[in-house]
Amino acid sequence: MTRTEIRIGGLGGQGVILSGIILGKAASIYDGLNATLIQAFGPEARGSACSAQVTIADDPVDYPYVLNPDILVVMSPDAYTQFAPSLKPGGMLLYEEELVHIKELPEGVRAYGIGATRIAEELGRRLVLNIVMVGFFVGVTGIVSVGAAEKALLSSVPKGTESLNLNAFRRGFEHGRSLVGAA
Amino acid sequence: MTADPKGVLTGIHFLDGDHAACEGALAAGCRFVAGYPITPSTEVVERFAQRIPLVGGLFIQMEDELAASIAILGGAWGGKKVMTVTSGPGLSLMMEHLGLAYITETPCVFIDVQRGGPSTGLPTLPAQADMMQVKWGSHGDYEIIALSPNSPQECFDLTIRAFNLTEQWRVPVFLMMDEVVGHMTERVVIPEASAIEITERRWTAKAPGTYRPYDVGADRVPEMTKAGDGHRIHVTGLTHDERGWPCMTPKQQDKLIRRLSGKIRDNADALTDIREEGCEDADVVVVSYGITSRVASAAVLRARAAGLKVGHARLVVTWPFPAARIAALASKCKAMVVPELNLGQMVHEVRLAVNGRIPVLLVDHAGGTVHDPQVILDRIQEAAR
Repeated sequence: MTRTEIRIGGLGGQGVILSGIILGKAASIYDGLNATLIQAFGPEARGSACSAQVTIADDPVDYPYVLNPDILVVMSPDAYTQFAPSLKPGGMLLYEEELVHIKELPEGVRAYGIGATRIAEELGRRLVLNIVMVGFFVGVTGIVSVGAAEKALLSSVPKGTESLNLNAFRRGFEHGRSLVGAA
Repeated sequence: MTADPKGVLTGIHFLDGDHAACEGALAAGCRFVAGYPITPSTEVVERFAQRIPLVGGLFIQMEDELAASIAILGGAWGGKKVMTVTSGPGLSLMMEHLGLAYITETPCVFIDVQRGGPSTGLPTLPAQADMMQVKWGSHGDYEIIALSPNSPQECFDLTIRAFNLTEQWRVPVFLMMDEVVGHMTERVVIPEASAIEITERRWTAKAPGTYRPYDVGADRVPEMTKAGDGHRIHVTGLTHDERGWPCMTPKQQDKLIRRLSGKIRDNADALTDIREEGCEDADVVVVSYGITSRVASAAVLRARAAGLKVGHARLVVTWPFPAARIAALASKCKAMVVPELNLGQMVHEVRLAVNGRIPVLLVDHAGGTVHDPQVILDRIQEAAR
């Protein structure tokens, strides 16, 4: 029985929840796995702390919350400060390297950074930084397949933005693959 | 009959429980919702308000929950399948019209996405603390049917069942969600309309002049008409006779109230839906419902891994309480454990059914999150000793 617990943290407006939706959808609709997404956000529409918890498993997910993630994805310094101590020993940290500065990490944690906001700006829309992070996640972890992630992405973003989002996904994906030394 | 394809969003979706419940209502044929949006139930009516113009029907945002809960009763007598949606503070305000729905035998569905209470409590966090209020919160003797989903898929499936049951029995039916189930997103499979069974209203075939709105046959459920179809009807919250006219004698009160409660009480076994797993040779049976059943499943797996013989009985129908089945389970095990997100509500019903034959251990929780599975495991281990 494989069960991977993921937490994605950032600020409201960064697309944290959409990132969780794309990963959960990719796993549960297109990869034939089970996925449960739990979201937490403040009352403000923008700028408050925001996080998504995604559990991906072979079997149906019973307990739905993520307390100690196997993988933590952070897009803001606050999310890093708040959630890094909860990472499982030997877990994985994926971070927006120009926004989050890593100090110390729990035992055995592997950390991978990407300038997702800068890449998104190069593509013309800072808004797609979350999609760069999703691509990065898939490139580094391989927990969902590229095909499933792209289908989930295309069915989740507004019409007319498909190629922009796909480019963002692929930039993140390629950077992730290069960091883990995949061919 | 099967569902009207206009309301059925056939496909495989990634939906939260609130949205899935809305799709269940649309698939079931609900075409009128009156609501006063309240966290954590807002997404149900938000989606309904967006979808219903495309399907054909109406959503009204009312001035408060009293108005919402009586507007749906008018909608039902106007011929629609109806629903309102709320959470604890709104549910308290709806209690008056719950009683009116019951005594007038108006088919209607209430969705309660439970949050921490009392009062304003915890707007964005879960509880299961309205379980007794829906059964006892309105005055007088009454019965309801309540369903407790534990996933977005069940929010869809059980909302359809709620609509079918309210048409079959003409009692208010509650979908007892909670904040976690409401805001949790998972795969939801919505079948083809032709695969969804729908219970139509018991429309009368009687001609105007011969129809009496509260005449009943052996099943004690009257036939219905709708305003404007030519039948004379009188619908009142007063104790009434077969014509619907006020008749406030002890004799008529006894006849009416016993008929109404008998519809549900005498059919409690037929309405029972318990998902039992590993109960046959269990020493300890965990009795759970709603979101807590998923946390209990995690605890049961750990207990079995530790060598304990533990069964799990999940109540899908929480009201009418399945007393006969719980008593039967209690005759075969040594103890029961009841986790719930309140300080002890359905555990009283379990204890009544068990009648002192075995210990019944409550795992309580004041709400705000779900149990730590370890706490349920500890109580299972205590019960097994």
